[in-house]
Amino acid sequence: MREITLSKAVNEALAEEMRRDERVFIMGEDVAEAGTPFKILSGLVEEFGTERVIDTPISEPGFMGMGVGAAMTGMRPVVDLMFGDFIFLIMDQLCNQAAKTHYMSGGKLNVPLVLRTNLGATRRSAAQHSQSLHALVAHIPGLKVALPSSAYEAKGLLKTAIRDDNPVVIFEDKLMYQDSAEVPEEEYTIPFGVANVKREGTDITLIGTSSMVQVCEAAAELLAEQGYSAEVIDPRTIVPLDEETLIRSAQKTSRVIVVDEGHQSFGVTSEIASRINEKAFYYLDAPAMRIGAMDVPIPFTPALEDLTVPTPDLVVKQALKLLRGEMIDAA
Amino acid sequence: MGTQVKQNSTADYLRMYRQMVRIRSFEDNANQLYLSAKMPGLTHMYSGEEAVAVGICEALTPQDKITSTHRGHGHCVAKGADFKQMFCELLGKEEGYCRGKGGSMHIADQSNGNLGANAIVGGSMGIATGSALSSKMRGSDEVTVCFFGDGATAQGLMYEVMNMAALWRLPVIYACENNGYSEYTPTDEIAAGSITARAEAFGIESFQVDGQDVLAVNDLAVRLVEKCRNGEGPFFVELMTYRYHGHHVGDINREYYRAKSEEEEWKSNKDPIIRFRSWLVDQGIATEEEIDQINYEVKQDAKAAVDYALSAPYPAAEEVDMHVFTDIKHAVA
Repeated sequence: MREITLSKAVNEALAEEMRRDERVFIMGEDVAEAGTPFKILSGLVEEFGTERVIDTPISEPGFMGMGVGAAMTGMRPVVDLMFGDFIFLIMDQLCNQAAKTHYMSGGKLNVPLVLRTNLGATRRSAAQHSQSLHALVAHIPGLKVALPSSAYEAKGLLKTAIRDDNPVVIFEDKLMYQDSAEVPEEEYTIPFGVANVKREGTDITLIGTSSMVQVCEAAAELLAEQGYSAEVIDPRTIVPLDEETLIRSAQKTSRVIVVDEGHQSFGVTSEIASRINEKAFYYLDAPAMRIGAMDVPIPFTPALEDLTVPTPDLVVKQALKLLRGEMIDAA
Repeated sequence: MGTQVKQNSTADYLRMYRQMVRIRSFEDNANQLYLSAKMPGLTHMYSGEEAVAVGICEALTPQDKITSTHRGHGHCVAKGADFKQMFCELLGKEEGYCRGKGGSMHIADQSNGNLGANAIVGGSMGIATGSALSSKMRGSDEVTVCFFGDGATAQGLMYEVMNMAALWRLPVIYACENNGYSEYTPTDEIAAGSITARAEAFGIESFQVDGQDVLAVNDLAVRLVEKCRNGEGPFFVELMTYRYHGHHVGDINREYYRAKSEEEEWKSNKDPIIRFRSWLVDQGIATEEEIDQINYEVKQDAKAAVDYALSAPYPAAEEVDMHVFTDIKHAVA
């Protein structure tokens, strides 16, 4: 099968959906001729014109709010938020407006909107361009949250997001844009709420999101060298969450570590670990554990930044403790 | 009253009058429901501002869109909503416009183009502007009116979306209802400079109009809606008006920010309903008796709707996690 980059996969998904449905359009900062700073959207304005690939001023709340209004009145906007960190600027429009409109209207109004943005540290971009803020969004009822872990997921999940009648926020890891993976030429979508068991194992379950799936896979390789069989699961969407697959795996392996690049406290790892502890308790040999990003603003200097994110070595270290019956290090 | 009045028919004038009376009557009943502890929560009265909502909404078709505010009952009625479903919503009943899940501050009536009231001051400005963008992209001639108060001019969102509306010539009318008070603070204390100048800075043609004169409001609205349909939008209108009640129904002792004499002055000499009634009689469009008959009918309608809503059922408990998502029947299964 051919391999393409995650960036190319996103571009293909948008182009295919815009060809399929004339209501789909893109708006955001530097999305047209510039194709975004990451060049993800290059070529789209040439095919679809500036009426469907709309460059906006640097007004995140403004264009996010306009996306909500357009979605409520028959369009299907894909709003491009240049950096995930800017989500703080649009919180009212995302969380008070988009998320609640369907519910507050008793099911009469829909907001079929996709917010495309990114996450991920270690790009030496410091504290305001490196955060992984998906837990904030997942906390708000009414928003779906997708976290693609490769080019294959990026394309399939984005196509599903665009066809969904609810507001969906999709976070791409900005460090993975140039990573390649096998992506079929043929049309496909990936359903929400269906986890992907990336690697089967029997001794421990490693649940990873976004680029942390790669971290978990690397850790699983290292554990295999030491004779342990790790199962790696990618939830692919955290809202909705495929709890059943995660719990079934926990029941099978009896040990679980959840790895996510958001801050560890009050985060995605906490939520998933809690659910497993509540629902698979009698099958577990140890509490389900969390590894998130360190609870500090992301530092600029590489000497410090690299210490803040989960790594395969850290996952292996904690996994070995669990496998040997020791408590893992507290956060 | 307005001098450059378009040629409305007698039926148009009487409908405008009836709609203003319906708003006043709706609010009087809502206030009573609050005072008699029959309504959960609070509500924000539109009384005194009727000519604004009616003058504008009478210039719109049911397909045209509006976004509304926390003080939104007037917009909802003026855009064509039904009393029964509105009172049911205020009382949290299943037959309400939003199945009781929105309440006073979130009434939406998409069947008449009302995209919803909004409890975040200025929160709907993006939605209104996006609705206008959508209308343009779909090749529709629908116009969107964004209602907001003077207080919302302090929100940054307004400047972001007016900039885009002007850049892209969107069919949206920003209708600033200046009732002189930003919640509990006189507007003079929170707004520097001129309000219309804010829009003019973006090259948006702006108007100030007497918001107590329904014909002046309607005349301007008809002209601006037509221009919007011809691709000449956006526009900005500051409507000078007054709210008779406090910020909300519970804001009763308010002399620390507003004198009773000022309220009396507006009610006695600038009431939009009394003024329009006199004009209708003077012009020979309706007799006093005919107008009294309208008032009587509206009161009866309102009473029947309140009685209906009071005895209507609440939504079932199983509704609590429905409508979180369109495709997941119960979000908390």
